[in-house]
Amino acid sequence: MLDVIDKRLLEEVADLHGLPMGAYNIRKNGQGIRRKTTANIEITTKEDKPGINVVIKPGTKGESVHIPVILSREDLHDLVYNTFEIGADSDVLIVAGCGIHNPGCKTAQHDGIHEFFVRKGARMRYVEKHVGEGEGPGEKNLNPKTIVEVEEGGIAELELIQIKGVDHTRRETEIILHKNARLIVTERLLTTSNQTSDSIITVELRGDDSTAQIVSRSVAQDSSRQIFHLNLRGYTRCRGHIQCDSIIMHQAQVSSIPEISAFHSDSQLIHEAAIGKIASEQLVKLMTLGLTEKEAEETILKGFLK
Amino acid sequence: MALLELKNLYVTLDSEKGKIDVLKDITMTLEKKKIYVMTGPNGSGKTSIAKAIMGIYPIARGQILLVGEDITRKGIAERAQLGIGYAFQQPPRFKGLKVRDMLTLAAGRDDPSRYCDLLYDVGLCAQDYMDREMNASLSGGEMKRIEIASLLARNLKIALFDEPEAGIDLWSFQRLTETFETIHEKLDTAVIIISHQERILRLADQVIMVKEGRISEITTREKILGDIQRLDMECQFSESGARGGKKDAGCNR
Repeated sequence: MLDVIDKRLLEEVADLHGLPMGAYNIRKNGQGIRRKTTANIEITTKEDKPGINVVIKPGTKGESVHIPVILSREDLHDLVYNTFEIGADSDVLIVAGCGIHNPGCKTAQHDGIHEFFVRKGARMRYVEKHVGEGEGPGEKNLNPKTIVEVEEGGIAELELIQIKGVDHTRRETEIILHKNARLIVTERLLTTSNQTSDSIITVELRGDDSTAQIVSRSVAQDSSRQIFHLNLRGYTRCRGHIQCDSIIMHQAQVSSIPEISAFHSDSQLIHEAAIGKIASEQLVKLMTLGLTEKEAEETILKGFLK
Repeated sequence: MALLELKNLYVTLDSEKGKIDVLKDITMTLEKKKIYVMTGPNGSGKTSIAKAIMGIYPIARGQILLVGEDITRKGIAERAQLGIGYAFQQPPRFKGLKVRDMLTLAAGRDDPSRYCDLLYDVGLCAQDYMDREMNASLSGGEMKRIEIASLLARNLKIALFDEPEAGIDLWSFQRLTETFETIHEKLDTAVIIISHQERILRLADQVIMVKEGRISEITTREKILGDIQRLDMECQFSESGARGGKKDAGCNR
């Protein structure tokens, strides 16, 4: 069922060298092909639309769910709705991600809408990696939408990574934080050739003492274009911090459009953004350690996107 | 054979006023297992000499020989691979690179137990720093110490330290001078330290005085320290004179 390409894509997007431990659901070319549930994690197929429901029992600790998606043919538009219920006081890892191998001339596209309910006191770590490849000129497009609601005392840690090869992406992330909820978003993005990427992250801090930290790092190479809309909205006593750094190279274009809005006098919101080339001092420093200019550049980019 | 020879070296850089010779007719010879302290007024060309040796500044005229091999036209990386190292006065910061990554790049292999010793030598606790990113979360003094450790991680023929004491507290400074003494004792490395500090001058086998882009004098530490002592006495004298109503504008130490 899983061929060599599938296995390679699974390794890239979900760090899987075989079938994962714990619960999983593997989707290939628009259909679920492998699934495993555990005593604490139930995965069922939605009846009204394509996708799955993942229900994690309250108090579940140290377990993981892998839900990778593989597209390995052209002329395919895969749309999926996944809903996650993270039970109270649980602590889980969810690994998603999509790998597209497009061998043809026509577009292969995956649009995934993920909705998470992180219940009271729960902690969710969510890792989403995207990668595209393929011999043909057909586009590899990914448009994820992630909606997260974190209840009182809950923690959501999101790692959103686009490694390489995705032609066009529009990533929308909407998060609501309730009392004492905590959010950490780490975004890493690399675009090359004529690729385009839009990332829109909107966080509403609605509960007292909720906190949000968003760190976005990107590298734009060749003639690629990136646009970031990172929005924090504080409705109560809360703290939020956005840090958006981009390295721009060649003929690439990057726009970083911040929006921080406070609707309460005790909201503390900070936005920092920087776009620039690799500093020549950084290159020189690494070259004084014996690296060539190319090696120095690769080391800096690799570290930046790590 | 000399370890490093600089022969009639000129470095010309672009400035707002056009091209200027920042180094003029620099000639000196360095031997292995010796400490050279390069000193002189601000802007006199000390850092430029170090950068010319490292290959960061291009050589307009003259020649650099490393163990007899002409390296004048070699680039930074090539010189580094031949055993020349330079610790920057203000090391750059890196987002995403950790202290451990930097030391691994410098040493050429991942060797955490050695890094503990290196960080200890510069007054840092490895446990606290190994996984720290080399970004704005580190102070200037911390960056400086890691920079020095990254040079110590390498097996160098020529080690250039640009004002290593700047931003380093008194206690770590003591350890740093001990580290230089250890290099002197155990390794064949020629160490060039750019410094204005008397305690660093005391380590010198030779002192290189730089003024207006030229080497004005290569002398012994005894002579320089004697000069400093004389100047101190003159200052004390003029200060006591000033308290008595006299002023000596010439004494600025």
